[in-house]
Amino acid sequence: MDFLQQLVFALVLGSSYALIAIGLTMVYGILKVLHVAHAGIYTLGAYMALLVVTHLTRNFWVALLLGMVAAGLAGVLIYRGVYYYILRRPRIVPLIVSIGIFTAMNELFRLLFGPYQHAFPAVLRFPMVITPYFLITQKQLLIIVLTTFFLLMLYLVLNKTRVGLAWQACSQDLSMAGAVGVPVDWAVALNFLLGSALAGAAGVLMAFYRNMVYPTMGNVVAYKAFVVVVLGGFGSVRGSVIAGMLLALVETFLGSLEWFNFPRDAIAFLLLILVLMFRPKGLFGRL
Amino acid sequence: MTLGYLLTVGTFTGIFMILTLSLNILTGYAKQVSLGHAAFFGIGAYAAAILATKFGLSFWAALPCVVAVTTVVGIFLGLPSLRVSHDFLVLSTIGLNFIVGSVFKYFSFFGGSMGIVDIPTPTFFGKAFGTVGYFGLTFAFVTLAVLTSIYFSRTWGRLAMEAFGEDETAAKAMGINVAKFKIYAFAISSAYAGIAGALWAHYVGSVFPENFGFDRSIDILAMLVLGGLGTIRGAVFGALLLQVLPEALRFIQDYRMLVSGAVLALMMVFQPMGLLGKGSFLYLRSLGILRHFRRGVASGAP
Repeated sequence: MDFLQQLVFALVLGSSYALIAIGLTMVYGILKVLHVAHAGIYTLGAYMALLVVTHLTRNFWVALLLGMVAAGLAGVLIYRGVYYYILRRPRIVPLIVSIGIFTAMNELFRLLFGPYQHAFPAVLRFPMVITPYFLITQKQLLIIVLTTFFLLMLYLVLNKTRVGLAWQACSQDLSMAGAVGVPVDWAVALNFLLGSALAGAAGVLMAFYRNMVYPTMGNVVAYKAFVVVVLGGFGSVRGSVIAGMLLALVETFLGSLEWFNFPRDAIAFLLLILVLMFRPKGLFGRL
Repeated sequence: MTLGYLLTVGTFTGIFMILTLSLNILTGYAKQVSLGHAAFFGIGAYAAAILATKFGLSFWAALPCVVAVTTVVGIFLGLPSLRVSHDFLVLSTIGLNFIVGSVFKYFSFFGGSMGIVDIPTPTFFGKAFGTVGYFGLTFAFVTLAVLTSIYFSRTWGRLAMEAFGEDETAAKAMGINVAKFKIYAFAISSAYAGIAGALWAHYVGSVFPENFGFDRSIDILAMLVLGGLGTIRGAVFGALLLQVLPEALRFIQDYRMLVSGAVLALMMVFQPMGLLGKGSFLYLRSLGILRHFRRGVASGAP
């Protein structure tokens, strides 16, 4: 059926939104910084994987791993190198800095790799699902399976480990967490590492899925991640995952309507402004 | 390097000065960071273009309409700022770029992705403005913008805006009508941006959705941050620097956005008040030199 096929598309799209939004949500939950440069990290992951695929090996898994590592390290670098020093300033400062880093990163990619789209020629053996009702290609299945895996791991880390506990403490009160003995610096750095690695993974996955890498690939997707964070109620990981899927559903189904010729990417921003006006705490916010 | 070239650079610089002055009221005084300023600029430019090409209005007749349109749109778009705090206002202004851009692009009334072309050059007593005339016209408006900014900076409105920019709750406790002044900030700011847009549209002669995207918003913010948030001299200086420098140093042209991004990040970390802002190194130093010089003159020393 057409409906089920659309659902598959929405699930794939929603997976990428959720993976990016998780990092943003966690950073916002703890530092209360709108980490715009997260979009740059997403692109960085894709470019790192592209380098691996074109120069090292065609193996997708190696590319994914190295892309995630590079993205994670870049995230920690941005935190320790920049945010760390300006957290106590007025909130407009880290925000503008973040926007600056993001712009500079995008430009750097354009200057280093050229303004055009690169193909992403990774190879991968993965099954595909064919039913009379819908079809899941191998790339789609890969994204859905991997995202489920990441989310499951994240759930375990957040709820069953001491690191997760430390993050919860930090998000409630950073200085208080430090006072009771949580190594705050390490906790936040780990937070950046994990969140950025997931964004990098999203970048690699989307590069593989769409078979292209280009400098501005982060722009629209990552602003949407902000929309997802807002819809999900600022700082709630579960809310972001649900909101990501929801946004993807709305976009896919509205976009598939024939009379609906408004650009798909603008839906998210209209939603954002509506939600901010009428439910400023997000759809699932409790705050 | 001909005179015409210099005048063209000067005209664009002037247009950007008006834009930074307008952003200064919104972001410098009221501390409402806007990453959607190019959208206001674009609305002004499109309004001017449509009034000129579809309704045949002259530049002068259209200008009040353009200002009225952008002011109303500014008020409307400022409404979310009443509900939304700092960070998320920025998000909605980013969204503004995309929404306004896609409205221009997807509705045939606005010319779609082909834009609007053949916008006539404005006339003055039946005579069309040349390059020199347009340069003069632009700087007449820059002067007007500077003078009104100075006037505004001496009113109660600016004090109110700076008060709630620092601390909204405290400002409310002092009896400031925060909502009113936030809307004022958006209205005034977008009115200026509308004038800049009209000047741009009539000078370039065509408008396209891509002219008013997110990159341009960042450019404008970078100019203001570089010059000095919250000061008129900073706004003018920042626009001058970031418009003229890439022209003077041609090799920078390709790195333009890189420079804008780096400027934003580095300035905010090391000199958040900007090059000529309150208490900035350069400003204090130049004041000191000036004072020294004056004292020297007064005492008769060389």
